Amino acid sequence: MYVAAKGGEQAIANAHRLLAHARRGDRDVPGLTLAQIAGQLALAVDRVMAEGSLYDRDLAALAIKQSRGDLIEAIFLVRAYRTTLPRLGASEPVDTARMQIRRRISATYKDLPGGQLLGPTFDYTHRLLEPEIAENDAPEQPATQAPNRDPVPRVTDVLGYEGLIESSPEAESGRPVADLTREPLEFPADRDLRLQALARGDEGFLLALGYSTQRGYARSHPFVGEIRFGDVEVEVFAEELGFAVTIGRIGVTECQMVNQFKGSAKAPPQFTRGYGLVFGQSERKAMSMALVDRSLRWQELGEEQTAPAQDEEFVLSHSDNVRATGFVEHLKLPHYVDFQAELELVRRMRAEIAERADAEIDPENTGPKNTGSKNTGPAGPNREAAE
Amino acid sequence: MSDILESPRPAAGGAALAGGFAQPVVDAQFVFRSVMEAFSRPGRSIALPTRVAPPPPLTAEAGAIALALFDQDTPIWCDAPLAGDPALRNWLAFHTGAPVASGPDQAAFALISACDRMPSLSGFAQGTAEYPDRSTTLIMMVDTLMSRDIVRLEGPGIEETETIAPAPLPVNFRDQVRANHALFPRGVDILFASPGKIAALPRSTRIRANASREG
Amino acid sequence: MTTSAVEATPYNFAYLDEQTKRMIRRAILKGIAIPGYQVPFASREMPMPYGWGTGGVQITAAIIGPDDVLKVIDQGADDTTNAVAIRGFFARTAGVATTTQTGEASIIQTRHRIPEQPLQSDQVLVFQVPIPEPLRFLEPRETETRKMHALEEYGIMHVKLYEDIARHGHIATTYAYPVLVDGRYVMDPSPIPKFDNPKLHQSDALLLFGAGREQRIYAIPPHTDVVSLDFEDYPFEVQTFDEPCAICGTRGTYLDEIITDDKGGRMFVCSDTDFCERQVARNQGVQNQSSAAASEKTEMTDA
Repeated sequence: MYVAAKGGEQAIANAHRLLAHARRGDRDVPGLTLAQIAGQLALAVDRVMAEGSLYDRDLAALAIKQSRGDLIEAIFLVRAYRTTLPRLGASEPVDTARMQIRRRISATYKDLPGGQLLGPTFDYTHRLLEPEIAENDAPEQPATQAPNRDPVPRVTDVLGYEGLIESSPEAESGRPVADLTREPLEFPADRDLRLQALARGDEGFLLALGYSTQRGYARSHPFVGEIRFGDVEVEVFAEELGFAVTIGRIGVTECQMVNQFKGSAKAPPQFTRGYGLVFGQSERKAMSMALVDRSLRWQELGEEQTAPAQDEEFVLSHSDNVRATGFVEHLKLPHYVDFQAELELVRRMRAEIAERADAEIDPENTGPKNTGSKNTGPAGPNREAAE
Repeated sequence: MSDILESPRPAAGGAALAGGFAQPVVDAQFVFRSVMEAFSRPGRSIALPTRVAPPPPLTAEAGAIALALFDQDTPIWCDAPLAGDPALRNWLAFHTGAPVASGPDQAAFALISACDRMPSLSGFAQGTAEYPDRSTTLIMMVDTLMSRDIVRLEGPGIEETETIAPAPLPVNFRDQVRANHALFPRGVDILFASPGKIAALPRSTRIRANASREG
Repeated sequence: MTTSAVEATPYNFAYLDEQTKRMIRRAILKGIAIPGYQVPFASREMPMPYGWGTGGVQITAAIIGPDDVLKVIDQGADDTTNAVAIRGFFARTAGVATTTQTGEASIIQTRHRIPEQPLQSDQVLVFQVPIPEPLRFLEPRETETRKMHALEEYGIMHVKLYEDIARHGHIATTYAYPVLVDGRYVMDPSPIPKFDNPKLHQSDALLLFGAGREQRIYAIPPHTDVVSLDFEDYPFEVQTFDEPCAICGTRGTYLDEIITDDKGGRMFVCSDTDFCERQVARNQGVQNQSSAAASEKTEMTDA
């Protein structure tokens, strides 16, 4: 007699035990330390912090180790932890003009106040594998010079001085900044909410969307006004003291895109902005974010909506990789109750069509009948996304 | 059941600090389940034993509901007798952190102590056609749920028919409730808090025409 | 009932912090007051993936108390891996008693089924919902579907069902079959087979629906009219099976098809494993020992 499979609990426990074993790898090889991950896989750590929406290098490193290097899994681990943390308050906006700069480039000016500072970048490296890293990983010490104490104005501020670029929107005092981690996402979404969603959105998804705008799907004529990466201070306004106090420093990458100009009979032409700001060093993400931010502003700038990157419902509903991976991967869960329901219907419809075919074989000898033209297809355009 | 029954919170510090949940996690869950039961079965009296001790005129039952459901995200509106009492305001602020709504139509919750003199239901937030949930839930402190003025109810949550008889109420309360239901899915939801018992009148509930008419 | 204390975890009772629970509780009350309407809520990241029951888990976490007895099923079965994982989650974070017996549970969290045994008025059934919007596959935009609900404009749903009939001779929806709640809101009952739809109508138990990824909660209060959409000439009908359950012999339950070989061999067994086991016990005349069996089955938290 048939006996249903049992022992799910033991199977799960065993699977997790095996997972831990596989994660550890060859036990004769020393285990990775979090310092190694945080120090040597720093960009992976940056991505996990950015999309996990939690600035904590050690936790991100732990998540990467625990997830065997699966960064979306690591992002998920960080998010699930983050959501349990108490919300103590909101910081003041960070001032990127006061950033301690480690890299700063502009594509719109050859030279500019503060200069171009390449910093640690893959740009211009020859993408040749370097076997010596595997054996003897002792690169030269970096060249140094006295730090530049001059202020480094943002390119958009330079353009803004001349009125050549739209001004940065003023904060509306009294209007709280939207927070999609505390309120359900609602459309239409204002720019603050969109930027928050993009900042934690999947790098690959935003990269593809940004790329699509360059290929004519809502082209926005972007120039990299500036990318800067470095440390900024995080300040919190202390009610008791009456002024803001610094609570720490975080590394961020900021990208200011300078886009297609706008003008009208009344207003002289001006360049427009797209903005990206991400935890850690992640230029690809910051640039993609700036491109998508700009394309999502079509309505505000009086443009036509023609492309996916302009569609905020589409972009914001699908940019979160923790949600996306959960729902895609949930297809692994058993669906046999629903499948049984579909099986029953398909069998019944096939039987009916066969009966009708038998009945009609004598009177007429023609093939397809009025309702029978769809007899081999799937069971209709119905619910494909069962949980 | 719950330890709410046994252990009142010892008065610690000022009056604003006293009289809250003895065991916040368990007590809040217990009160919520009672409220959920009341909403699920409109009109039915649900026991709500509680030792919450807010400053009067806020009652223990209304106080317990406030502690279970209010927080920083829920602007509240209090009727005049409640709003005029600083001790009460402090108690609510300390235990729930709920901000004071700028008007009844901005409130997530309304606390009403003088029900016979309360403002019209239509003055509270009704929600919108697209977001009917953005409406006020009224917590009405009544003396009893078993007055002689019996109202027959039907609708979701009610198997055949249910009765409710809270008092005191404004004179035209039935008409207001009918008008409130006519707005469905917009409208307000009402939770009556009486000594030891609560009952709900959500917007989905209909008043039956053949209700008794005395009183 | 509560046995071992919650393990030394840094988390609150039932995992969620109190502020989150209050937010979810308020959404549940709105859902009950507006039957079938999807209440937006700020769903939290849970320590399990979106799409794996985070909406149901958040509802259960918000309503459960130390005296509750929890049953979790997936596809009707208590022993499917996701059901086991979710049951374990609450045993660990809330220290509540769990059971596989439908009649013993005060809260039943489910994915894709409603138990065969009729629910009682003191029970709550919590559904895990992937896509809460019944109109989503006809209109992908939330801004549009929200308008349709506001205006009670459900024409596209009827057109879709009618097109099914024109094309296939049947309404080709077999699960997640849309219903009309209390004559007002068209609602997705979650991907239960339409076989289970009649159990939604005038249920004795409160029915709560949670969609975590889509950030929606909705409800059907007890004793509420729930009508599966249909047409006069094509009335709604549920699946029927030609044969009885191969294990317990019951007719009229929802069956899973078990493949026994690669030559078309198959058998059909109850998808509700608890129901099936009790039928077997009854058939074997061991009813007199049912109290012993019951206490054995009410598994306490894993110590």
